[in-house]
Amino acid sequence: MALTLRDLLVQGAQMALVLIVAPLLTGAVRAIKAHLVRRQGPSIFQPYRDLARLLRKEATMAENASWLFRVAPYLIFSATWIAAALVPTFAAGLVFSWAAALLAIVALLGGARFFLALAGMDVGTAFGGIGASREVMIAALAEPALIMIVFTLALIAGSTQLSTIAEFMQTPAVGLRVSLALALIALIIVAIAENSRMPIDNPATHLELTMVHEAMVLEYSARHLALIELASSLKLVAYISLIACVFLPWGIAPAASGWWELAIGAGAYVAKFSVCAVALAVFETSIAKLRVFRAPDFIGAALMLGLLAVLLRFVSQGL
Amino acid sequence: MSLSALAAGAVVAARNPWPRYLVNEGEWRDASAALADGALTLIGLWGEVDCVHLAVLDAAQSDLAVLTLECVEGSFPSIGALHAPAIRFERAVEDLFGLEPKGAIDRRAWLDHGRWSAGAPLARTPHAARAPSYDFLPAEGESLHQVAVGPVHAGIIEPGHFRFTANGDTVVRLEERLGYAHKGVESLMAGADLERGLKLAGRVSGDSTVAYAFAFARAAEAALGIEAPPRAQRLRAVMAELERLANHFGDIGAICNDAAFVMMHAHCSVLRERVLRSADACFGHRLMRDFILPGGVARDIDASGVSHLRKGLRDWRRRFRGLITLYDETPSLEDRTVGTGIVKPELARQFGAGGFVGRASGRAFDARTAFPYPPYDRFTPEVPVLQEGDVDARVWIRIREAEHGMTLIERMLDDLPDGALRVETPACAGEGMALVEGFRGDVLVWLKLDAEAKIARCHLRDPSWMQWPLLEAAIEGNIVGDFPLCNKSFNCSYSGHDL
Repeated sequence: MALTLRDLLVQGAQMALVLIVAPLLTGAVRAIKAHLVRRQGPSIFQPYRDLARLLRKEATMAENASWLFRVAPYLIFSATWIAAALVPTFAAGLVFSWAAALLAIVALLGGARFFLALAGMDVGTAFGGIGASREVMIAALAEPALIMIVFTLALIAGSTQLSTIAEFMQTPAVGLRVSLALALIALIIVAIAENSRMPIDNPATHLELTMVHEAMVLEYSARHLALIELASSLKLVAYISLIACVFLPWGIAPAASGWWELAIGAGAYVAKFSVCAVALAVFETSIAKLRVFRAPDFIGAALMLGLLAVLLRFVSQGL
Repeated sequence: MSLSALAAGAVVAARNPWPRYLVNEGEWRDASAALADGALTLIGLWGEVDCVHLAVLDAAQSDLAVLTLECVEGSFPSIGALHAPAIRFERAVEDLFGLEPKGAIDRRAWLDHGRWSAGAPLARTPHAARAPSYDFLPAEGESLHQVAVGPVHAGIIEPGHFRFTANGDTVVRLEERLGYAHKGVESLMAGADLERGLKLAGRVSGDSTVAYAFAFARAAEAALGIEAPPRAQRLRAVMAELERLANHFGDIGAICNDAAFVMMHAHCSVLRERVLRSADACFGHRLMRDFILPGGVARDIDASGVSHLRKGLRDWRRRFRGLITLYDETPSLEDRTVGTGIVKPELARQFGAGGFVGRASGRAFDARTAFPYPPYDRFTPEVPVLQEGDVDARVWIRIREAEHGMTLIERMLDDLPDGALRVETPACAGEGMALVEGFRGDVLVWLKLDAEAKIARCHLRDPSWMQWPLLEAAIEGNIVGDFPLCNKSFNCSYSGHDL
């Protein structure tokens, strides 16, 4: 396949897009949540200002921080950015789609988390250790659940390539499948858990003792913190894009499509993105946080649903 | 051993309104044995130059007395050795007055963090300054680790240090270290006139400023042998109930917020704000600070204020009903509060915990009904009691008290007596004590005036003294992540405790 300028532009646009919209998503969810509890709340552009502020500041390190603590933010950021950029947002058939296998995305996000947990423990504070242990406990359940979801999709669409799955999901061949519904619910649960959202973790809390994600990054400052914050926004974008790409694939521009279709794809993406942001904010406002030890029940449900989806698919090809 | 048996033969030093007996060491030891076997309840222990005072409540919660022991050699038999609730009081007495509790098991400094210019600053001859080192109690075992939180916290709360020993996420032991908010109120009180004393009392714990001023004023009135006029008494109670209402609304929301249920927090904050604004509109200050004075009140409420308050009460009641339903019908929230941070009724009784902490654990003590001071002799409040002792029970006690508080204010406004707001305070010596129910529990003030009605000694005992130790017990076996929730459900005062 010849590499055209258009392909490069579309791929570049995709990479830039996720990076640019990531803080906007975080800001929008916060603004909607503030609105729901009748607060004025900061502008939806506040996360950009925060990032700019953090980038200007001088980075301070704990005295006993090792090299790992320094490099972790860069590793976390790049792995998450690549993962987010691999998920088709507005156009399928990107230059890198050969690499956009679901398993690769799972591995990239898993790698980022591994380094985050290590960095959390690196400086040896109590909170970093608590956060890392909680994070890994959650991951130990969320990751297998995600693998189950990948299996279900791969069995149905015949591929783990996201572009292929997205195109298949738009054809009538999909039909109404119980396995897909189970996989969707499981994926939403995994997305909530992996992004440290309610009811697993409260992203807005100041209470160190209850934190999961925030506890691990308490020691970070300035550009390191900016990268980690941006990475967690990107991760949320990646999951929302993933749900949109697989379960709401309408509007995604097919491979080798014209500019007009690309524009429709972009419009559709913005619409899906906004719906997800509102849904997330409403959901987070309407529940209390789970106890740490209740989290396995919640995520375990995703694992069970994923397993059930795979089994159903095996037992009966029609289901 | 009952209070009357204990008092038989003892010399009465004062009786305003409760008796103060001068006791010898034997009687003091009898009292500590009676405290330990539950016949008496400790409600205060404080020092003075060369003597210690012990305030006790009898088992029926109907009689109370102060026992005074002369400390001839600068020491007194420790009560904490037999009765754990006295330990922190004795440590504070030793920090401030240098009086040594003989036989005490824990002699570590409590309020004195080694940052004062002198040790025992209120003693006749202050000591050299203490060393700032502090040993936390050890907890040994495999896979235990410590988590240190505070004294500076991430939220806007008061300073206090919490040392957790945890096994993973499960708390094995919590040890508190308080005293960071110490500001020397008791030494500032010495030599102050009543006006300044009142101001100091009103600033001991900002959220309970009405309760403190109320207690201080009543203690001063008892010492001077005067009585506030009926209208002043009624207005005092209206202010005290408004303060309770605002704090309960705020607390209910804040507890839910620590379970990350923001909706409840937002609406409760609005409700609290409405109460404070009404207080501002009626009395001219949101927290009603410095309005209760010895001999009466400083500000009157006019007819428009009364109707404003009535309208507000109807509105608050309607809004609050919706919030109770929201609390009751959010299973994810109840999953966090039910069964979390349980205080056993035996502990609540042993420590004499007042307020919602005691009442949620079966201790039905309320200063307004146990020793009805006017106008509560005419307006008897209902005292809700639960046995569960968990966070949920403490929330429900607050809900019931807030609901009933609104009814109480309405009834008090119905036939507001006319007349003077204040009587003159004579300049004479005297001694008085008062027990007033604040939103956290009973605030105790003991006051001794010299011949010019200047304060010779004033002790203010916050209800938190009895509640802080129970928080350590409540969190045991819970998870570290539930501590903020438990702590908020207690909402003890740091400033009131640290003085």
